Amino acid sequence: MACFLVPAAEAVVTTVISKAAEKKDQDLTKIETESHVSAPETPKKVPFSRKLRWLSNMLWGGAVLLCFEHLWHGEVVPYPPFLTAAADPGDTAEMLHEMSTVGVCMALLITAVWVGMVIVTGIIEKRAVPEEKATQEV
Amino acid sequence: MTLLITIFAAVAATLIWYTKPGLRDLKIGVLCWMFWGASLMWTIDAVFEFSELKADYFAPAGSDMLNDAFLGFSVVALALIIWTVIVLVSDPRGTVKAALTRR
Repeated sequence: MACFLVPAAEAVVTTVISKAAEKKDQDLTKIETESHVSAPETPKKVPFSRKLRWLSNMLWGGAVLLCFEHLWHGEVVPYPPFLTAAADPGDTAEMLHEMSTVGVCMALLITAVWVGMVIVTGIIEKRAVPEEKATQEV
Repeated sequence: MTLLITIFAAVAATLIWYTKPGLRDLKIGVLCWMFWGASLMWTIDAVFEFSELKADYFAPAGSDMLNDAFLGFSVVALALIIWTVIVLVSDPRGTVKAALTRR
């Protein structure tokens, strides 16, 4: 009915956080460049803001396509109250129940997949460090 | 059916992203994120539907399947339209700019 609203809300939150993290990363890079603190021999890690953008991209993409599906089924309309279930109190209760079960599970699964991706990326980055050092020693 | 079509689209987009590094500047990643995000969400939808319908979930009516397939292809078309707009607006290869400024 409106299950996609839960991942869409999470997408808004992650987008705001990733924008703030991106600004912080840029400031750090600027400071490193100005003070020549950066160590060129260490391989570059994927910044956290970029990793967070993976999550928001997945959430936004899924929410947009699911919104289309709800439009297709007539559950979302382009005029107020926008959600057809919001017009009837009985349907509203059912909609809220669906959001709290299906919607929350959707958001949790996407977040779990993203956590897995971040862990795998971390392992790859850790492996890259000894390889890089070995190459430099040769 | 919608879930299956979206998963196939997600795998195809990911394979293109992986095997054609030259196309990455065309933001193929946008398609990957969209299709994988929707696939994961529809997986949850399918799990809840299966828990309600049990074995009947795998025996949908012909008309429902046709409608779901039609929806699946429409979803893929919508994602491709969004991707095309993003590519044209960001214009990573400067093609739009060159076409507009050419005399």
